[in-house]
Amino acid sequence: MRESHEAVEIVFDEATKRYGEREPALDRLSLTIPAGEICVLVGPSGGGKTTALKLVNRLVELTSGDVRVDGRSVRELDPTTLRRGIGYVIQQVGLFPHMTVAENVATVPRLLGWRRGEIAPRVDELLDLVDLPAADYRGRYAAQLSGGERQRVGLARALAADPPVLLMDEPFGALDPLTRARLQRELLRVQAEVRKTIVFVTHDLDEAILLGDRVAILRPGGRLAQAGTPYEVLAGPADDYVTRFVGADRGLKLLSLRTLADVPLDSPDGASGPTAPLGTTLRDALSLMLSEGAACVVAADERGPRGVLTLERLTELLH
Amino acid sequence: MRENWDGVLQPALVQHVQLTLIAVAIGFALAFVAALLAHRNGAFERPVATFSAFVYTIPSIALFQLLVPFTGLGLLTVEVALVGYTLLILFHNILVGLRAAPPEVLEAARGMGLTRRQTLVRVELPLALPAIVAGLRIATVSTISLATIAAVVVPQGLGRPILAALRDYFKTEIVAAAALAIALALVADALLVLAQRALTPWAARRSAT
Repeated sequence: MRESHEAVEIVFDEATKRYGEREPALDRLSLTIPAGEICVLVGPSGGGKTTALKLVNRLVELTSGDVRVDGRSVRELDPTTLRRGIGYVIQQVGLFPHMTVAENVATVPRLLGWRRGEIAPRVDELLDLVDLPAADYRGRYAAQLSGGERQRVGLARALAADPPVLLMDEPFGALDPLTRARLQRELLRVQAEVRKTIVFVTHDLDEAILLGDRVAILRPGGRLAQAGTPYEVLAGPADDYVTRFVGADRGLKLLSLRTLADVPLDSPDGASGPTAPLGTTLRDALSLMLSEGAACVVAADERGPRGVLTLERLTELLH
Repeated sequence: MRENWDGVLQPALVQHVQLTLIAVAIGFALAFVAALLAHRNGAFERPVATFSAFVYTIPSIALFQLLVPFTGLGLLTVEVALVGYTLLILFHNILVGLRAAPPEVLEAARGMGLTRRQTLVRVELPLALPAIVAGLRIATVSTISLATIAAVVVPQGLGRPILAALRDYFKTEIVAAAALAIALALVADALLVLAQRALTPWAARRSAT
């Protein structure tokens, strides 16, 4: 097998894209994505998030500024060579309908001239990684797959040559909510295993919060409104635009970022209330109190109660 | 009847197959190059489409007569005319096929680092196959039919016994030759359908999910 590629840093340096004489689609974006992290670009249509993503693999060419991958400007690299080293996943997947699943996944390794004997085991390994049993799926065509299965193949295809960088343009946007939630969890599981630097575009803030180590919120006109960890953005919106963008339920969203295990709990002695595992998010704990009509939740693990979270304490945590 | 087959019908059938194969092969080669040019540069489409549509509208008997002063009373005249009639359908179908690749498929191909040539050879051409074969089927069947008229210029093909029988009020040969031409068209069409199934297994399974 080929040596695994270390994840690399991506830097946007005053990156600007202007189509003709119109207002810029992306206006002086400066953003650093550390190696091995998922950075989610989120914002309304016309915010320039897809433009920013496509600057990285030069499907869109910079007007001014720079984008550096692993310290090298994308301007200096041949676009074809650059693209073969970057995984690319799009909403409509774009599987080749005339090729089997295995042939689709093998696309970039074949372009790179891998030997047959290297490609077949790699394809099987990737199909297993995205939870599609290779023996069953290898020989199928795109027309014989569900939407969710297609996007799994799309992800496997993007990872095939083990690129250090992955670009994902609204990959789950066309899927039904249940499938989307499953694939979001799968992506996090896969990422824990492969550790790529991922640029992920979505207009769904919940998805951004769930997946992003960092989120970058863009505003119309293609300007960066705020970048930071999901917690930083929710707890301290930079301005009115971000406050409106993160929505009136940002308190609840904040609660969903932490679990009972992350916060100080009161002594469980004498408390009575519904019990929840330590891995429960604070948001679900609050929901449990409301639905049970209780003023507290007892956090427990397999050895019994570990502590109590009261409604009062929960409110304090938000401030 | 036996004598008729060995002496007249069998050679006429072989000639007919040759007339058709040459015409469709040359017509396909010309239409393919023209369609590739038009696919790369849309400016080629109008002139080629207009020219091939114009040729297509000329009645076949008239076209044979028109060509004789230039290409003589021979096979060349027949083939030029037959090739001319294939161009419209072949050019149109090849071009439609090349444009059939969905935009997201082309986007993915570009994003993964396929060059333009690789995209054409590995993606666009395979996806164009159903439309190309559909065009070949129509072109082949209509050429088989048209080639019977070639006998007015050269005494070749299944048109020859038909023409001869018309002069002699000899009905059996008309019926036999016409039946052979129909059978030939059906067999050629069936062969092309089988070829398409073999070449595009992905299209056949579309509904078999």
